[in-house]
Order: sequence, then structure tokens, then C-alpha cells
Amino acid sequence: MDSFWIDPFSFIGSQLAAWLTGLGLAENWVSLILQLVGALALGTAVLMLTFLLIWAERKIVARIQDRLGPNRVGPYGIFQTVADLLKLVTKELITPEGADLLPYNLAPLLAVMSVVGLWAVIPMAPTLLGADIHVGVLYIVSVGSIGTLGILLAGLSSNNKYALLGAFRTVALMISYAVPMALALLVPVLLAGSMSMQEIVLAQKGLPFLLLAPVAALIFFVSSIAEVGRAPFDLLEAESEIVAGFHIEYSGLKFGMFFVAEFLHAFTISALTAVLFMGGWRGPWAEQYTALGFLYFLVKTSLVYFVVIWIRGSFPRIRIDQMNALNWKLITPVALAGLVVTAVAEKVALELGAPRLLTHLAGNALLIFAAAAGLGAYARAARRRSELLAKASKAEAPAG
Amino acid sequence: MTILQIIFLLTAFLTLLAALRVVTSPSMVHAALWLILALAGVAVVFILLNATFLAVVQVAVYIDAIAIMIIIVVMLTRGAVRGQGHTVSKTWWAAALSALVMLTGLLVMLLQAPVRGALPPTLPLDQEAFLERLGQALVDVNQYILPFEVASVLLVAAMVGAIIVAWPLFVRRGEEER
Amino acid sequence: MLEPWIFIALLLGVGMLLPGVAIAANWLLSPKKPNAIKQSTYECGIETVGETYVQLKGAYYIYALIFVVFDIEAVFLFPWAVAYDKLQLYMVLEAVLFIVILAAGLAYAWRKGVLEWV
Repeated sequence: MDSFWIDPFSFIGSQLAAWLTGLGLAENWVSLILQLVGALALGTAVLMLTFLLIWAERKIVARIQDRLGPNRVGPYGIFQTVADLLKLVTKELITPEGADLLPYNLAPLLAVMSVVGLWAVIPMAPTLLGADIHVGVLYIVSVGSIGTLGILLAGLSSNNKYALLGAFRTVALMISYAVPMALALLVPVLLAGSMSMQEIVLAQKGLPFLLLAPVAALIFFVSSIAEVGRAPFDLLEAESEIVAGFHIEYSGLKFGMFFVAEFLHAFTISALTAVLFMGGWRGPWAEQYTALGFLYFLVKTSLVYFVVIWIRGSFPRIRIDQMNALNWKLITPVALAGLVVTAVAEKVALELGAPRLLTHLAGNALLIFAAAAGLGAYARAARRRSELLAKASKAEAPAG
Repeated sequence: MTILQIIFLLTAFLTLLAALRVVTSPSMVHAALWLILALAGVAVVFILLNATFLAVVQVAVYIDAIAIMIIIVVMLTRGAVRGQGHTVSKTWWAAALSALVMLTGLLVMLLQAPVRGALPPTLPLDQEAFLERLGQALVDVNQYILPFEVASVLLVAAMVGAIIVAWPLFVRRGEEER
Repeated sequence: MLEPWIFIALLLGVGMLLPGVAIAANWLLSPKKPNAIKQSTYECGIETVGETYVQLKGAYYIYALIFVVFDIEAVFLFPWAVAYDKLQLYMVLEAVLFIVILAAGLAYAWRKGVLEWV
């Protein structure tokens, strides 16, 4: 019974394996069934988590906006999401005429699949990891973009020109923000020397990477929020813009699946930020008592998710040309520069024997200073341009 | 027949079917979607060969970047979805005949080449060491540093070329706004 | 050696199966009364005008292309980042040169004005 409290996950796994072997199955089948059970449990847990996430988001955003949020259905409105789900289940599935049936029905499945697939490589405890592959970080980049493909399919097959335009704008936005996300993901790989997620968590022994590379962490966080399509980057699903975007022609639970995929994606990137930059399951006594590691992971992820919701409630929506300008003119150059700064600072600190943390912090501070100076120069040039335009139009007006 | 062989045969069959549908689809958008399926099949084959890095690179670059670019380019042309009419031209028998002649010639040449040692190439089973060796080889002065830097110049050349080719689209738009 | 990938394949399969089950439940429990007006294309309540597949602007193509270029750059840099611990300073500077060349390409696109949105 002792080993259950010390390491519940391995304990449950070994008990199941022993029971299955006792039934007389071969080794391969036992491991296959264990993996199937694990996959089902992970998939179901993650989708059930969405109920809690939607409720938490609505309550927190409501409090930020000085109102109460759902509080009728169940204590503190906990069952509100269940009620919404039941309503969606009974809606009629209207398929628009002329829609391409196979991509039309495949798109919501692809959107959910890409988010659930990300959970395979997130280490939730020292012994609770779905698949410890050596290319974990690149896997995240690739599977995360399958969601983009799902949105493209949805827009293309809906036989609706607004769905098409909305889908292409969404896809252009998502692939634009995937560039700084991939570049920022290079920094933990660099510092840890491996692409495996478990290795990255293990390499944050003394210092979380948040302290070593704050710029990269911030860039990853911001570009992930833009990838997911959350506020303040949610122009494309605002009701007053392009009539609700790519999911106009979806009804019932097909739309519900897109909704679930978005909320779950927000939580998933919070988990990724916590694992890659804040140390994941690291904490006092986490190696001996793995359940504690799981608790630390949940606390860190919830903290980051709270910041995501906080940002949603606090910022106004950004216009699409501002979003693109922000990405290509500020975030991508800063991401490139941050990568260079981290790479050079690490080697320089090693060769000169300087303290590692201070060198990195100095490099990052220099980078932030340079970025702020660049922003100032850009703003001054833009203001001068607009003043010149105003003067030119004023000069034309009395003549015209 | 091991499980691996069955999975490989299924994947290969699916990939070939998707590739066939790419060239015979009347609608270009459908052809692009079948292409995505074929590329995914290739990624699965890479995993079966234990080349996991290449498999994720295949998904990340081909499916997420190049396939989306192909779909966007297809939508940039008019009449993309309605189809162009016949996908098989009237002289298809001449094309089939020349393809058969080329295949026979290639087979004859390949069978005449001496078989070297009949040892299958060893697959590095340790992915971690493989990645490190690859990274070192990319920047090692004696190995692949020159192709590494030339690749970056090539990518910039592609970007510049595309901007120059697409430039009239921007100029025209600017004139329309005025 | 293939074990983690079996888990990934199973999880991706589960990820497609569970929403499929949910949508199937929706299809079973929902009323099915299609009529021509409900199934017509939605355009804020007015009739559709013109072809559905409109032609896109050139800006989308440029964004996709720049994304392809930077995606390939990131893929080149991943093995370098994995081998980082064993490299010397000049090797790191060679990769910095790689990044600088691509940043110059981005600067060219910026100056040409193709990074402005519609």
C-alpha cells in the first residue's frame, strides 16, 4: 500500500499489467491493451476537463466585468456547461446544399484530434507521460498545425463565400503566428540539449527556463494565444465580423466540437508553457512522491490559464492589420534576436566563466531595450507620416 | 506476416490510392486534399522505418506549410473548383506507351547494376545520438556547413523571387485604392 | 522503439473517435426536417450573389510563402539546437549567420511593403 502513495501511476499501471498477464495474454497484447486504456483515459479526461474550463472562464471573465456569471444551474452554476451541451445535442444538423460532404464532416474531427494529440507528449508527473518520444517539441509544432488544416477544410467545403474568406483569414493569421512560436520553442531545446519534453523538464533542475529566457517565454505565450484565436486576437470569431467566420454553416455538436477544441487548445498551451518554461512537475519532493508532481503541474498550468483568461477580460480586440503588423514587424524579429542572444550568451558564459543566469538576464534586458527603442522609432515615423498626410490634405482643402 | 508488414502494406496502398486520386481528380481543391493524405501516408512510412525526426519534419513542413500554400495558390486562380473538364486527354494511349517504354528501360538498367554486398543499410536505433550527430554535422567545417549556409541563401532567394513575381498584384491593388 | 508511436496513433484515433461518437449522438437525438430555405447558403438573410469561390488576394500567398521559408529554417535549426551542448563558439556563430541571412530576407519583404495587410 506504501508504493501506491509514493507513485500511484506506476502502481496502477503495474497492477493492471499483472492482472492482464494473469488472464493469460501475451506480452505484446498486454502492453497494447494498457496503451489503449491509457489513450482512452487521457482522451476522455481531457474532453471532460473542458466542462470545468468553460465554467471557470465564464465565471472569471464575469467577475472581471463586474457581474456574476452563470449561477443558476447547480451550485455556483457548475452545471451550466452540461446544460449547454444538452441543448446543443438536440439541435438539428443542417447541412448546407452544395457542401462537400467528406471534408465538411471531417473538419471538426480534425480540429479536436489535433488538440487531443498534443496531450500525448506532455509530462504530467515523473512517471505519467503518454509517449516519451525524442522529437517531442517538433511533434508539438506539427500536430498543432493540423488544426489549421481542419479550419481550412471547414471553410473550403461549406459552399459559402463568407466561410471561405473567414477561413482563409484565420489560416493566414494562424500560420503567421506559428513562425514566432516555432522559433521560441527552439530556446528550451537549446538550453536543455534535447527535444524530448521529459528531458526539458528534467533539465530545469535549478532554474526554470522562465528566468533564463524570459523573452522567449513571453513570445511563446503571446504567439500561442494568437494561434488559438483567443482574445485579444479573436477578430475572426467576433459576431460582427464576417458573420462568425469559418463555422457559419455548422450547427449542433459539429459547432460544439470547434468550440471545445478552442477552449481545450487554450488550456493545452497553458500546460505547454508551464512544462517548457516553468518546470512542469518540478517542485519540492516531486521526484519521490509523483502525485505531488502532478499537483505542481496542475497548479502551474492553472496559473498560466488564469493569466490567459485575465488577458481576455482586460484587452480590447486588435484589428487584423494590426495583428499582422505586430507579428511580422515586432514579434518575429524579436524571436529571431532572442534565439541569437540566448545561443551566444550561453556559450559566452561558458567560455568566460561568467555566472549563467546574470549573462542571460543581461542579454534579455538588452534585447527588450532594443525592441522598445525600435518600437519608439517606428511609432515616431508613423506619427510623422500621418502629420505629413494631414498637412497635405489641409493644404489641398482650401484650394479645392 | 508480422503486424509491421501489414501496417506498411495498408499505408502504402492508401498512399498510392491517394496519389492516383491527386492526378485524376477533376477539381483542383480535391486534388490538393488527396495530396495531404498521400503526404500523411509517407510520414507513417517514415515512422515505420524508425526515422521519427523525418516523420515529424514531413508533417511539419509538407502538410502544415506546403499543402496549405498549395491550397492557397489553387484558390488564387479562377475556376479552381468547378474543374477543367476532362482530366484524361485524347492521346492517353501515347502517354501510357511512352511511360511503359521508360519503365522497361529503367528496369533493365537497374537489373544490370552490380549488387553491392547485399547488406541492408543500418538504421540508427538511438534517435538521441542521431539528432546530435546531425546537428553537429550541419555546422562542422568538414561536413555540411556549406550546404547549410547555401540553403539559407536559397530560401531567401525563393522569398525574393516570390515577392518580385507577386509584386504586380500589390501595385495594382494600390492603384485601385486611389 | 515504436511503442510511444503506438500510443500516439491510439490517442489520435481516440481524438477522432470521441467527437465522432458525440456527433453521432447528436444526429440520433436531433429532429431531421430539411427544407430548401434552411439549407440555403447563409448570407445575413439575403440571397447569395455571385459565385461561391471568390478569388483571393495575393497577400495570402506571400504570407504562406514566408511561413514555408521560416518553417524550413526552424526545422534546420532544431538539430543544431539539440547538438548545442557539444558545439564550440564558432559553430554557434555559423548558425547565427544562417539566422541573419533569413532575417535579411524578412527585412527585404518589409521594405518592399508586402507585409501590409489588405
